[in-house]
Amino acid sequence: MNLSREASVWAMIGVIVLLATMGDVLIAGAMREIGDFDVIRSHAGLKGAILAVLRNGRFFSGLLCMALSFFSLLFALSWADVSLVAPACAALTFVTDAFAAKWILKENVDRRRWIAAVCVCTGVFFLSR
Amino acid sequence: MTFRRYLILGAVMVGASVGDTFLSKGMKQVGPVSLHHLAGLLIALKNPWVLSGIVFLILFFASYLTALSWADLTFVLPATGFGYVIIALLSKFWLQETISPGRWFGIALITLGVGFVTRGPSYTNHNHHGSEEAVTVPANPGKPAKEDQSA
Repeated sequence: MNLSREASVWAMIGVIVLLATMGDVLIAGAMREIGDFDVIRSHAGLKGAILAVLRNGRFFSGLLCMALSFFSLLFALSWADVSLVAPACAALTFVTDAFAAKWILKENVDRRRWIAAVCVCTGVFFLSR
Repeated sequence: MTFRRYLILGAVMVGASVGDTFLSKGMKQVGPVSLHHLAGLLIALKNPWVLSGIVFLILFFASYLTALSWADLTFVLPATGFGYVIIALLSKFWLQETISPGRWFGIALITLGVGFVTRGPSYTNHNHHGSEEAVTVPANPGKPAKEDQSA
């Protein structure tokens, strides 16, 4: 693989990871905004809980990002090695999600969660090769 | 964590992996779909494996959203990672594929990561009194909140 092609592949991986992270963060933010499903269901039933999700704009933005990430992955897989793109995207998304959750969603990402993110990221990399 | 919430996390783990495996098996039976003949995808919907795969993926997404309504993203994500372990085990025991020592190492690492995170608190409650300090509380609403500010 020559240098410019390798750079293109990593740029594509970067785009896929960015879109996947944006999707995860937007959907997690939307669900946080909507609140505990169990509580909503006890007040408004299953229909009310589904409507609460469908009325949330952030949820649809997250869904759009996830769809774009999926189609970018399909596009990347059509011209790059699946053995590189699939594990790299899956593993890197765990780490970028942890950073995004800490800085954007203000989650309490303590030492336990960092260790878990690194373990799962490394594990996915080994498993997908 | 209540038993019901563990069940939802279990559905997150199982839904995606079983759905992907069923879709893969179904699409192998259907054969390749050309970009010029996308109507072939409609024929794929008649395949029971593809249909079951879609049902499992819908189950995954519903459980994922439910889990995110009472748990942090960094709590739920390792559970989705455990789906890769289930796919590897399904491929070994159902599709009779071989798992290399490197993959067993990956399985062990993911299991360790999931075990780590599920033993900790599941949700961050934000303090809105002029600071962005995060306070983590356990998912079980029946028990008093335990403060943990080790972010």
